[in-house]
Amino acid sequence: MKVEQISIFLENKPGGLSSVTKALSDAKINIRALSLADTSDFGILRLIVDDVAKAKEVLNDQGFAVGKTHVVAVEVPDRPGGLNSILELLTGKGINVEYMYAFVERSGENAVIIFRFDATDEAIEALQQNGFHVLKGEQVYGL
Amino acid sequence: MIYNEEFETLPREAIEALQLKRLQQVVGRVYHTVGFYRKAFDSAGVTPDDIRSLDDLRRLPFTCKQDLRDNYPFGLFSVPMSSIVRLHASSGTTGKPTVVGYTQRDVETWATLMARSFVSAGLNKNDIIHNAYGYGLFTGGLGAHYGAEKLGASVIPMSGGSTKKQIMLLQDFGPTAICCTPSYLLFLAEAGKEMGVDMKSLRLRVGILGAEPWSGRMREQIERELDITALDIYGLSEIMGPGVAMECIEGRNGLHIQEDHFIVETIDPATGEVLPWGTPGELVFTTLTKEAFPLVRYRTKDISRLLPQVCKCGRTFVRMERVSGRSDDMLIIRGVNVFPTQIESVLLGIDGLEPHYLLIVDRDGSLDTLEVQVEVSEKIFSDEIRELQNMEKRITKDIKDYLGVTAKVKLVEPNSLQRIEGKAQRVLDKRTI
Repeated sequence: MKVEQISIFLENKPGGLSSVTKALSDAKINIRALSLADTSDFGILRLIVDDVAKAKEVLNDQGFAVGKTHVVAVEVPDRPGGLNSILELLTGKGINVEYMYAFVERSGENAVIIFRFDATDEAIEALQQNGFHVLKGEQVYGL
Repeated sequence: MIYNEEFETLPREAIEALQLKRLQQVVGRVYHTVGFYRKAFDSAGVTPDDIRSLDDLRRLPFTCKQDLRDNYPFGLFSVPMSSIVRLHASSGTTGKPTVVGYTQRDVETWATLMARSFVSAGLNKNDIIHNAYGYGLFTGGLGAHYGAEKLGASVIPMSGGSTKKQIMLLQDFGPTAICCTPSYLLFLAEAGKEMGVDMKSLRLRVGILGAEPWSGRMREQIERELDITALDIYGLSEIMGPGVAMECIEGRNGLHIQEDHFIVETIDPATGEVLPWGTPGELVFTTLTKEAFPLVRYRTKDISRLLPQVCKCGRTFVRMERVSGRSDDMLIIRGVNVFPTQIESVLLGIDGLEPHYLLIVDRDGSLDTLEVQVEVSEKIFSDEIRELQNMEKRITKDIKDYLGVTAKVKLVEPNSLQRIEGKAQRVLDKRTI
């Protein structure tokens, strides 16, 4: 039930982001979701793509430092309180959210939230036991 | 094995007797053939007849790089151009290069010193030597080349550049030794890995590495990544070229200076005072046998220390420690002396960091600032900002702990710092004083 996310180190300088998107575009890799975390000096671009192995390969060829991490994708009803119910559950279990980002499914009815937890397996178990819809990797790559 | 056992194992008294005899000859010769030296000795009030012992050497004035520039290009040659068979020149980063000349006999002496150096690295005529030092005005390429031929080894005159071809020949020709700068060998190791080559499975056994200061940790990394023994060679074009001193594979602790051809001193770079062996200082060389371009007390700006203890390899020549830096490269940051190799050593002490760094020195008001740019490798990369910030803090702390200076550490993208195929650029000093 885990989703593979790739992350890329970027310096804060003009053209940094576009050199990543260009490499992916040239290799016909589709970006499903992304988030950019940054400090004054550098940023970390996190991506969910449709072909993780190929994306890592083409970015490595371009000389980027690329990491792979397991994240969890949860479908949340697109209504008030949707996210809060998840966070309350995890807080109760003592699970910490390292970071998260969201995107909306094509149908527009549900939001999908990507979580990075400090305890991935426990988080998945808790979410499933409490009726949340945890998406499989293939479902997210193919969205 | 020792190439010239007769000379390389002379007892100390015999070395000194030989040195004195040769010193008296060279001092007399430069006094009578080189205008610069006649003037310099006269104004120091010393004549060749005053040199009666090795201690009298310190009565003679120093020769500096500026003296070479002032006499550009051939003003310090001691023989007519008809006797000169070769010219080399050092890379002049600013202005004119410094030019050196060789007679036929000088070229042969140099080849002998390089052959001795190769034997000291455990090589013989059955070895194949991949020579990736640049061929041309730089002394590295041709110096190593002639020495390898003198030894009877097979030399691959590869020169620098053409990375892919370098890797191909390292695989296909199966050289057992490689000559280049340490940073270039690491660059080749990385390039090979990226090409999918198992760099540990090459036939390479030993690296003869020099022409830039490097740290012990960088040596360990080279040895690990290529599964070879990395040895240090020292030389500078003004004195001869590579082969002035060479580490032996048996001792691997300091480089034997070829004392039958050179006299070495260490001095305090600030006062010029001669320091006892064992005390770190600037190396000063006097050439004893060079015909075309003899130098008396040439200040190298290289900082090292002489190790007087007898070495287990049997050579009696004094050893110098690996050059820790150049007095030129020494940065004074808020009053603290910092050599780039010290920063390198700190970086290599942190698991996963590569020795690809650039020091940027600047001034903010009246305060010096030091920024250390370090490339992020995949080994230390994390998808969490906090982890990378912790890495920056860790490097800052280690630099502060080991060197006593506060640096701003900035992580930069892999391969973003300039790699010069040859000597690596480590320092950018933006201060204008």
